[in-house]
Amino acid sequence: MTTTTAPTAPAVAPEHRPGVRRPSLLRLTAVELRKLSDTRAGLWLLITIGLVTAVIVTLQLIYADAADQTFASFFVPSLLPVGVLLPVLGILSITAEWSQRTALVTYALVPRRERVVVAKLVAVVLAALASVLASLTVAAAGTLIAGATGGAGRWEFDEALLLNAVVFQVANVLMGAGFGLLLLNTPLAIVTYLLLPTVWSVVGELVPALRGPAGWLDTGRTMEPLFSSSLAGEQWARLGVSLLVWLAVPVAAGLVRTLRREVA
Amino acid sequence: MISVENLSKRYGRHQAVDDVSFRCEPGTVTGFLGPNGAGKSTTLRMLCGLTPPTAGRASVGGRAYRDLPNPGREVGVLLDASAQHAGRTGREALAVAAQTMGLDRREVGAKLDLVGLDAAAARRRVRAYSLGMRQRLGLALALLGDPRVLILDEPANGLDPEGIFWMRGLLRDFADRGGTVLLSSHLLREVEAVADRLVVIGGGRIVAQGDKAELLAGGGTLVRARDTGALRRALDAAGLGAREATDGLVVRADSEAVGQAAADAGVVLTELRPDDGGLEQLFLSLTAAESSKEAGK
Repeated sequence: MTTTTAPTAPAVAPEHRPGVRRPSLLRLTAVELRKLSDTRAGLWLLITIGLVTAVIVTLQLIYADAADQTFASFFVPSLLPVGVLLPVLGILSITAEWSQRTALVTYALVPRRERVVVAKLVAVVLAALASVLASLTVAAAGTLIAGATGGAGRWEFDEALLLNAVVFQVANVLMGAGFGLLLLNTPLAIVTYLLLPTVWSVVGELVPALRGPAGWLDTGRTMEPLFSSSLAGEQWARLGVSLLVWLAVPVAAGLVRTLRREVA
Repeated sequence: MISVENLSKRYGRHQAVDDVSFRCEPGTVTGFLGPNGAGKSTTLRMLCGLTPPTAGRASVGGRAYRDLPNPGREVGVLLDASAQHAGRTGREALAVAAQTMGLDRREVGAKLDLVGLDAAAARRRVRAYSLGMRQRLGLALALLGDPRVLILDEPANGLDPEGIFWMRGLLRDFADRGGTVLLSSHLLREVEAVADRLVVIGGGRIVAQGDKAELLAGGGTLVRARDTGALRRALDAAGLGAREATDGLVVRADSEAVGQAAADAGVVLTELRPDDGGLEQLFLSLTAAESSKEAGK
C-alpha cells in the first residue's frame, strides 16, 4: 500500500488530442453487459435465472405425465419464473448506479446520459433474449432425456410460441427498467413493480366499472394469451395498449427524469 | 484550462453557489478552499456537467464538459472516492472505465501501480477498502485516460501523512508537465504546500483569489518573544511599527530587519516567520461563521 518511490505523474496530453472520439453505442452496450455480471449480486441473479429453468424442467421430468413431456410443455412453464426475475435485472441495471453512487463516475465519463440509458436498455434486452435461448436449450435437453426415459419426448413446437416468448421476456425486462428509470431507487422500484400489477388485478376484479379497462390495461391479463398460441388481432391490441401504459410511459418519463436529475 | 464564469446554483431558498468566477491555467495547481458547505463540491459538480447550474457557465479546454466527446481522455475527475460499487473489485472498477474510454487494458495495471495499489489490493472488492485506498483508486481512475486537466474534490481525505505527501508530489509533477490541476480542500495548510493559486469560497461566494505568494505574503513578518513588552520597545526603537495579532506581533518589515532590531535590544525571540497575510484569519472567520450557523440550526 505504501509508495516510497518519488511520484511521477503520467504524461500530460497535448492541448488538442487527435483521435479522441466519443464511445460508440456498441462500446457502451458492451460496458453495460459487463456491469450486469461483474458483481456477485449481478452474477448470481443471472445464474439464478438459468437455474430456475433447469429446476422447472427437472421437476417436470420427475412428476409430469409421460405424455406431457414434450418440447413445448418443457419450454412454456420455464418462462414464467424467469419473467419474474428479468424485471429485477432491468431495475437493478438502472438503480444500482444511484444506490451505489457509481452514477457519479458513469455520467462523468459519458455526460450524454441518454446514450448510457439506451445502452442499458439494449443490454437488458440482450439478456432477455439470452434467457429465451436458455429456456430453449434446457427444454431441448429435457426433451432428449424424456425420450430416453420413457416420456413422450416429442419435438412438436408452434413457432408462434417462440415469438410470444421473446415478446414476453423483452417486455418484462423493459417494464422493470422503466420502473427503475422512473423511481431511481432499488427497493422502491422492486416493490412498486411487484405490487402495482397485483393491486391493479384485485381492484380490476372488484370494481365492476374497471373490468372493461382492466382487459386492456392489466398486463397479467393481456400477456396471458402469449402462453397458449398465436395471438389474434384484438389480443395484440390489448397487449400493445397495456405495454404502452406500463412500459413506454415509464421508460419515457424515467428517461426525462434521469436526464434532469442532479448527480451527487 | 478551466474557466468558470458567474456560476450560480440555488436550491429552493438556499443560494449554494453565488456568482463564482475563476480560471485555472495549464502548468498550475489551483487550491479551491472553503469550509464544509461553502459550495466547493456543488461548483465542481456543475463544472463536470453533473449538476445543472441556475446561472452562468463553465468550460474545460474551451468546451462545456457536456460537449467533450470522450471526457475521461481530457479531464480526470475525482469527486467522491466512496462513489464506487462496493461489490466490484478495484481492478474491475478501473477496467469498466477503461473500456468506456476505449483504452488499452494495460493502462489499468499501470495506473494501479502508479497509485500504489498492489495486486492483492486490486483483487479485493471496494467494500473492503479503507478511505485511503478508495482515494488512491479514485486518483487512479482520474489519471486513467492520461488527461491534461485534473478536477479533484478533497482528494487528501482519508490519506495518511505519507499518502498526502505522495499525492502532492504527483500533482506538482503533473502541473510541471503542463497539466492543469484544480483541487478542493477545507484545510488551508493542506493545499498551501502544493498550490500556485488559491480560490477561497465562503457561503457560496468567492472571498479571495490570487497567487498563493501574493495572498500569503502581504502581511509582513510575524514575531514572538518571551517578553512581548521588551520586543515592542525594541521595535519602536528601530522605528518599526507593529500591530497585535492572535499569536504575536505583525511587523511591516522583512524578517531580517525584525531579527536585527531584536538582537540589538537583546530580546530573545521564540518565533520569526512571514505572516500569512491574514488568509488564515479570513479562513478561520469563514469557518467560525459557518459553524455558528450550524450550531444555530
